[in-house]
Amino acid sequence: MKKQPIEIVSYKEEAPVFTKEMKKTYTVLAPNMLPYHFDILAKLIEKEGYNVEILKTEDRSIIDEGLKHVHNDTCYPALCVVGQFIDALKSGKYDVDKVALVITQSGGGCRASNYVPLLRKALKSEFPQIPVLSFNFSGLEKGNGLEVSLFTLLRMAYAIFYADAIMSLYNQTKPYAKNPAQADQVRDESIAYVQKVVCKRGYRNYKKVVKKLVEDFNAIPRVKTEKVKVGIVGEIYVKYSPLANSGLEKFLYAEDCEPVVPALMDFVMYCIVNTINDSKLYDKNKKSAFIYKLVYKILLRVQRGIIRLFEEGGFEPPHDFEYLRACADRVIHQGVKMGEGWLIPAEMLALYESGTENIVCAQPFGCLPNHIVGKGAARAIKDLYEDVNIVPIDYDPSATKVNQENRLKLMLATAREKLKDKKEPSEILQEVAFD
Amino acid sequence: MTYLLGIDVGSTTVKTAVLAAATKEIVYTSYERHFSRVKECVLSALEKVGQAFPNAKFRVSITGSAGLGLAEKSGIAFVQEVQAAFIAIKGFYPDADVAVELGGEDAKIIFLTGGTEQRMNGSCAGGTGAFIDQMATLLDISVGEMDKLALTAEKVYPIASRCGVFAKSDIQPLINQGAAKADIAASIFRAVVEQTVSGLAQGRKIKGKVLFLGGPLHFLKALRAAFTSTLNLDEEHAIFPENAPVFIATGAALANTDETETGLEAVIKKIRDSKASDEVVRGKPLFENRSQYEEFVARHKRSDLEFADIRTYQGDAYLGIDSGSTTTKLMLITSDCRVLYSHYQSNNGQPLDIVVEKLREMYSLMPKTGLIIRGAAVTGYGEDMLRAALKMDFGIVETVAHFKAAVHFNPLVDFIIDIGGQDIKCFKVKNGAIDSIMLNEACSSGCGSFIQTFAKAMDMDVESFARLGLFAKKPVELGSRCTVFMNSAVKQAQKEGASVEDISAGLSSSIVKNAVYKVIRAKTPEELGKHIVAQGGTFINDAVLRSFEMETGRQVVRPAIAGLMGAFGAALYAKETQAQDAVSTLLSAQDLEKFSYKSRATNCKGCTSNCNINILTFEDGGRFISGNKCERGAGQKPQDGKWNIYEYKYERLLSCVEQKEEGRYEANEQRGVVGLPFQLVMFEQLPFWTAFFKTLRFEVKVSERSSRGLYFKGQHTVASDTVCYPAKLMHGHIESLLNDGVDFIFYPCESYNVDEKSSTNHYNCPIVAYYAELLKANNERLTEENFLSPYVDLNERKTAVRNLYHSLQGYGVTKKEISLGLRAGFTALQKYQADVRAKGKEILSSAREAGKQTIVLVGRPYHADPEINHGIGKLISSLGLAVISEDSIADEAPIVEVNVLNQWTYHARLYRAAEYACRQKDVHLVQLVSFGCGIDALTTDEIRTIMESNGKLYTQIKIDEINNLGVVKIRLRSLVAAINQ
Repeated sequence: MKKQPIEIVSYKEEAPVFTKEMKKTYTVLAPNMLPYHFDILAKLIEKEGYNVEILKTEDRSIIDEGLKHVHNDTCYPALCVVGQFIDALKSGKYDVDKVALVITQSGGGCRASNYVPLLRKALKSEFPQIPVLSFNFSGLEKGNGLEVSLFTLLRMAYAIFYADAIMSLYNQTKPYAKNPAQADQVRDESIAYVQKVVCKRGYRNYKKVVKKLVEDFNAIPRVKTEKVKVGIVGEIYVKYSPLANSGLEKFLYAEDCEPVVPALMDFVMYCIVNTINDSKLYDKNKKSAFIYKLVYKILLRVQRGIIRLFEEGGFEPPHDFEYLRACADRVIHQGVKMGEGWLIPAEMLALYESGTENIVCAQPFGCLPNHIVGKGAARAIKDLYEDVNIVPIDYDPSATKVNQENRLKLMLATAREKLKDKKEPSEILQEVAFD
Repeated sequence: MTYLLGIDVGSTTVKTAVLAAATKEIVYTSYERHFSRVKECVLSALEKVGQAFPNAKFRVSITGSAGLGLAEKSGIAFVQEVQAAFIAIKGFYPDADVAVELGGEDAKIIFLTGGTEQRMNGSCAGGTGAFIDQMATLLDISVGEMDKLALTAEKVYPIASRCGVFAKSDIQPLINQGAAKADIAASIFRAVVEQTVSGLAQGRKIKGKVLFLGGPLHFLKALRAAFTSTLNLDEEHAIFPENAPVFIATGAALANTDETETGLEAVIKKIRDSKASDEVVRGKPLFENRSQYEEFVARHKRSDLEFADIRTYQGDAYLGIDSGSTTTKLMLITSDCRVLYSHYQSNNGQPLDIVVEKLREMYSLMPKTGLIIRGAAVTGYGEDMLRAALKMDFGIVETVAHFKAAVHFNPLVDFIIDIGGQDIKCFKVKNGAIDSIMLNEACSSGCGSFIQTFAKAMDMDVESFARLGLFAKKPVELGSRCTVFMNSAVKQAQKEGASVEDISAGLSSSIVKNAVYKVIRAKTPEELGKHIVAQGGTFINDAVLRSFEMETGRQVVRPAIAGLMGAFGAALYAKETQAQDAVSTLLSAQDLEKFSYKSRATNCKGCTSNCNINILTFEDGGRFISGNKCERGAGQKPQDGKWNIYEYKYERLLSCVEQKEEGRYEANEQRGVVGLPFQLVMFEQLPFWTAFFKTLRFEVKVSERSSRGLYFKGQHTVASDTVCYPAKLMHGHIESLLNDGVDFIFYPCESYNVDEKSSTNHYNCPIVAYYAELLKANNERLTEENFLSPYVDLNERKTAVRNLYHSLQGYGVTKKEISLGLRAGFTALQKYQADVRAKGKEILSSAREAGKQTIVLVGRPYHADPEINHGIGKLISSLGLAVISEDSIADEAPIVEVNVLNQWTYHARLYRAAEYACRQKDVHLVQLVSFGCGIDALTTDEIRTIMESNGKLYTQIKIDEINNLGVVKIRLRSLVAAINQ
């Protein structure tokens, strides 16, 4: 073995620390990745004694601030998140001496695990006093982490399940609702309901909660018609955040489609499974793997319960995670664990097999893992199902909406043709019959 | 009678097609360029339709990229353009298999049979009509002329086709080296074809009956020829429809779903009344009023040079020439810096011709006696050629020339920004010397030539186009990335109805924002310094200058000769450097009269690379060779690799495979032949896996050496056109092994690299770690049997044995053997690493003995591939420096803690190598970064911090498939100049 150099040089700059006292007096700002989920999760963090505010801004100035403060080649999500923070700090809405920022951090092998340092760097010149908190499970940033109790973590898991349920039910109802505003109303009521439930004692009674959600959405009168279903997979932030994906869901609604957005819980379980896989492949973290397996089993049980409730209510249920893993095994290896890794091809395949043949794969421009698991894996899925309709869309500060929408419309054109083919096979040809 | 009307509003043209509703017969078509005046052009086209069919009823639909907004706002039915194409194809060519459509800014392929599939160019793709326009502008000919020329071409040069900016940096040196325009034109068309075939088809073969659609493919014969010959299509299988330009419009008419019949007047009214929405972000106007503008002009008038009459002047004079990428600049000054003669001109392809012509003019103006040219200096891309051709006294680096000139205008200058046609150069000045240099990367060059191209597209000259923006009321925000992106931002703005004035102002401010935020990467104006000199041809443009002052909040000095600063600086250099009574060696008036040259393009036969080179032979027998990558091409003796560790590393890696180890086992004991693709992780682990497999009684074959040709071989399986070049090359290596008859190819998936204990984790990047998965999914020749890619963590012997055992089961290996193999592998790897370290020490100490400075050229192991580094190591050593690599000295330096997560093995080496360079007086750092490497966005910032906090220069070189060393050379020479200051 090589000799160990003892000397260490540090270029690390001191970052402001978030002290216990600050918890009471500071407002903690968080980016808005998933509108429903984060609103609910915020309640739980508040319960831990933090004053949290989820940023809901969507102005163009966010991107401009991001461009100024983040390296050109760094991925778009970093640019959006940092831009949104700086934009908020400059808005005058907050006392910048009484504000802290929080973001999640994965610690994986892709550049996305560096958002915390990137954010600190961006703050350096104008807001050096602002502490940045990291929310992670990899033991990073000790001392500057967002601290929550184990019980809160458990509540969070349920909160994610519930928020996923609302997202899915809403997406399945809104396009068909006789009165679309009613779907919005039920969604808002459901969020408020879940916000309360997760803070109370009965938060674990998922059967009761999900059943109510399903019933509430089922009560909305709907039109029976078939619409083009479009699945959204991809890099986690771009996939969910309307700021990053230029309001992809809204766009799909406007195009008279049903967006199918896989659950956030999938990503959580993916992360857990990766730790288990690491222990299987490389004997890493053997001890903690045992606990992870236990957690996984619990989550899987809840998920399966929710699936049953969805089925009973006549809704397309979330994917069973064991099924997703089996999907992954057919097209890629579960060892691909950087970024969203094997989850993306697994979701693409699962979407297709559950009747969503059109898929948008959303990724930041130049996203490294997505070269492999997005664009790279699309062919493997096509080899299985020739007619799967996948369109990769790059998101980027300068990629224009026209450019993205053109590609989406291209995908939708094919989707509509297919839907038509299903209905009346020879209709199109008749339309252009030449005699 | 009722008609179907299809209107196709593209990014550059408006097309209409009128069909008789009953018979579907085409009765009228039109095709017009809209020069961004979309609405006006559509209206005039419709009026013409109205005149042709008075009182008729129409069912109308709109299609096209710029048609979407128009349709939405006017309430006319919109048909997606691909759907329109689909329907037209089904109607007219039901037996077509594939349709290729090139438009102004989109390129598409539609596979019609065998699984319908559609592909559209990514947001970063060249290879479109706009790309061809841009290239024609560069050659200063019309697209039609370019087409004609291409048909007479004799040879084709490799040109990067992914992006217009890259292509440009391939073409510019060809132009400057005097390659024939016909050949360049043909190369451009070939590049478009390559882009379509590799970038769009991505693995799917274009075969059967192929339909070619869109304006460029209809009008350009050479482009057609390039497509048919590359795709090997005969006349029967390559279909070029008569009505190609209006094909999509026809499809839109056929696709009509709107049953309402209206008179044309109603349609015209709807379009006329449609309002521009406010979706476009608008900036502030450049000037509030005329008097503010006049004050601005007056202020800048103060920075001017005095003139002297060349016809009467008596005394010493100094000549400076700046042979830039797109322009040539000349200046003759007196010994007290008055201007005797100056000239600024676009290259129009042949810088040498321009210089000769202008020098002749200059000589003819000069008095017969009394004006003596004492010295002449040249700078810029054409430096070497002009020195050789015209016998000029000095050649200097551009940065030095610009600095000299700037100091003349403001001795206190602490920041210089120079925006030229294709480059942005910025330097900070500290203590009277250049302190740090920032140059634009190939990909973010939102520079002057973009305005030029765009002005031309608007049928205007640059000056009048830029002037339009000065008083724009609501400039549009067009983003600040690369020119290709700006094109689509302009498209978006047009869609929203922005005026030409607003777009012009928006372009000027984009250029500035690109420079400030992307090249300089300033967060606040304070970072720029107090005394800024703005120069370069693009700053002549008042709109750009004003945008810069507004963006930075600073008043800057813009010399009236902003475009001539390089030439002026060169002249100043000649004046300062030349001995007082010397006379310039520059060709005299008489010699110049006789001057002529011949240009010949050929292939170098010095080695197997067969580089395209260009030989200029001058009238006096002198020669100038360009395009060569090494000394051999220039007819000189090749340098030994003594000073360059990169050459050593490459050969050392390969030598471990070539080593014969006969007698270790009998021939019949051999288990099989394994192929190792020599790319990505193998640039570090080739010794490891070679030893491993040899121990296991396998014969080891390594893929052929990387080359552009090899890349082309695998290009059809590349899945993502924005992945790094090393990854793209991998596809060629796989093809090479598949053709080499190996039993299986081995390329492991390694999430984790070897832990070198100098970082918190030891990841590989996602590409290195999992590229095997992508290869498997995208190369149909690879199977579970002939491609083994086990998941291995070499740090965990137990699991490595387990996973390798599982993977190699079919060959009857035992766990024990694998364990032995791993041991042999580690021994070989450590031996290799030790050899590299020893070589590094050797080079460094001999450099010190020889009094040379040393560059530690840091990068990732695969940057040692000469096809990836394009011989940059050689180039550095040819500049008189020694070259060592990051892995040769990293462990000499302490462990470095940085602000970002330090969890990649290769990154930790970079940081330590940087620290090492900081601790040695005579060692400097240059970092190689592959285009598209997202995680190097982290390392570059950190390394810059390490270097600058130790008072050292940081130089970064971005590399991609382009093999143009001109820009790199300027960068490196600037570094050398700065080191020597």
